[in-house]
Amino acid sequence: MRSIRLCAAVVAALLVAACGSSGTTGSGALTWWHNGTSDPLKSLWQSVADGYHAAHPDVTISIDPIQNEQFQTKVPLALQSDSPPGLYQQWGGGGEASQIKSGKVLDLTSSVSSWIGPLGKAAEGWQVDGKQYGVPFDLHVVGFWYRKDLFQKAQITTPPATMADFYTDIDKLRAAGVTPVAIGSKDRWPDAFYWDYFAVRECSTDVVKQSIKAQKLDDPCWRKAGDDLTALLARKPFQEGFLGTPAQQGAGSSAGMVANGQAAMELQGDWEPGTMAALTEDKDFASKLGWFPFPTIEGGAGDPGVTLGGGDGFSCTTAAPPSCPDFLKYIDGAEVQTKLAAAGIGLPVNPDAASALKDPTLRQVFDFSRKATYIQTYLDIALPTSVGQALDDAIANFVAGKGTPASVAATVGQAATGDR
Amino acid sequence: MRRRLELALLLGPALLLFVGFVLVPIIVAAYYSLYDWQGFGALTDFVGLGNYWDVLGGNVFQGAVGHNLVIVVLSLVVQLPVSVAIALLLNRKLRGRAALRLIVFAPYVLSEATTAVIWLLILQPGGFTDQALTFLGLHGVIHQWLADPQVVLFTLFAVITWKYLGFGIILLLAGLQGIPPELLEAAALDGASAGQAVRRVVLPLLGPTIRIWIFLSVIGSLQVFDIVWIMTLGGPANASTTMATYLIDHGFKRYEFGYGSAVAVVLFIICFAFALVYQRFALRRDTEGAMG
Repeated sequence: MRSIRLCAAVVAALLVAACGSSGTTGSGALTWWHNGTSDPLKSLWQSVADGYHAAHPDVTISIDPIQNEQFQTKVPLALQSDSPPGLYQQWGGGGEASQIKSGKVLDLTSSVSSWIGPLGKAAEGWQVDGKQYGVPFDLHVVGFWYRKDLFQKAQITTPPATMADFYTDIDKLRAAGVTPVAIGSKDRWPDAFYWDYFAVRECSTDVVKQSIKAQKLDDPCWRKAGDDLTALLARKPFQEGFLGTPAQQGAGSSAGMVANGQAAMELQGDWEPGTMAALTEDKDFASKLGWFPFPTIEGGAGDPGVTLGGGDGFSCTTAAPPSCPDFLKYIDGAEVQTKLAAAGIGLPVNPDAASALKDPTLRQVFDFSRKATYIQTYLDIALPTSVGQALDDAIANFVAGKGTPASVAATVGQAATGDR
Repeated sequence: MRRRLELALLLGPALLLFVGFVLVPIIVAAYYSLYDWQGFGALTDFVGLGNYWDVLGGNVFQGAVGHNLVIVVLSLVVQLPVSVAIALLLNRKLRGRAALRLIVFAPYVLSEATTAVIWLLILQPGGFTDQALTFLGLHGVIHQWLADPQVVLFTLFAVITWKYLGFGIILLLAGLQGIPPELLEAAALDGASAGQAVRRVVLPLLGPTIRIWIFLSVIGSLQVFDIVWIMTLGGPANASTTMATYLIDHGFKRYEFGYGSAVAVVLFIICFAFALVYQRFALRRDTEGAMG
């Protein structure tokens, strides 16, 4: 039976590839693919579409919520077809750069120039060669989420600022019988957060930018990221069996462990309080959670103000009606952004909406992101998809004990030249 | 004339579906596999058999083939004898036989995804498995079931066995029903012991069923995907990658559709070659007449 099901899936996938997928866009009708398959995002986007339609009766928006993982397959197929959706979810970076090759992604540069300025550095992740092909609606920042109660138990008064402090705190937590750090290594990308952060601490921002553009991590600082990761692993900061732990699914995931007090901290994005809250019965959970930025590294060439992050956004296609960029302006306007922040969906890209962030910790993360000297998009997103995934795999293998700091850095150049 | 019309009418729809959903996709995949194609724009970057060299020469894919073969061999060596033994047991008249059959067959009814999620919970560190082993005083047996690269493949095999054992047993039970009781009575009258009767009468008559089971098991083991993907994503460090998870990982997660198609074609050829050889040498006796 399993053979039949796999065959059916492969056949279906191939057939869809052959026939292309459909989306309807006539004059004034905007098809919208987003990943809000569940509330609160689903109803928020519906209300946004209704709100825009009320103000612009000639524009009808038909929403097609699509499960997050399906975008990976549906978007290439849609952009290959004659009728792509008018507006679709866009994470920027190298994935966006690949999609532009289809010729179906709309260059938004001139239509957004009048209002995109206040979004600041966040919008840069959606540029390709200086042109704006997508616009973010929320932004993400990666940092350490920690349990104040467990830090207290280990007699840690202030969160660590440097790696040296971090290591001391790991020892303190161990001594207090607490698992210091939870990580969801099964999913691979949480491993990459560590390596990415070590890299932007060891490499200057210029080197990071140039290396990613060239898709070659030649500078010795990239190997130092691997050395730093080796040093971290040698301290054994993670839970037992972390290579098999998922990041977000179930109480046994790394998020669940922190939520239930089984580990003291986790390096994750700003979405984590929401993820964690769903995995615990502790009503006071939010008040126990604190946040601190990734520690600095003594002697690292990286700017300590650089933060790792990303965000969610949208791109218009050439099949979209002319109202598409204006709809994006509406999404990034103070009204929608305030709703988005108030619903706890993410950090708003529009600073005017910051006051709607109810949670003081999230507000702290937001303020930190506005002060960042540079927001480096997660490397797997910043690089073209094939290269970024190859890097994530190499990092995950390295964490599992396979490979060297040099081989991880070399993966990017090899993947970029098609060498597997 | 009328006969032809009947044939066309009856076979037509099935043939159309077969061509549309089986042959065409295979041909399209074979075509894609000759290009370096990320899924965007036209197919312009012709690489000939380059993708195939990369697939076959890659360490991770070779590892994946090895993992599939381990599952094939373990299935034959472990699942088959156990299935036969349990089927023989359940074929006897014993109290609660219907209930026992139901219990044995129940896991097979669960979808692979459900099975994988259930076992993820059972096997997580400090979970039910570990607690049960501790309770039994077998603390030393506890491993990091899904996190240890040395152990993970065997853990997955155990889960696959749990799910598919019932299928083999039901198949074999059906085969056992077809053995006339007179033969066993005759053997007993001739003084054959129970063991002799099983070896000389039952097993030879079960031959066709066992051969079909082997066929299904090998093909299934070569294509195993769902349970592995949900439980480990092929990790850690590719220790549980199979050909199918490798296909999804590279074809879809990395947007390498040309390369992924090459993997799909290789997987298809391996399965097809096995099917042909097995039909020719093992199944021919059983399907004679039916296949013409």
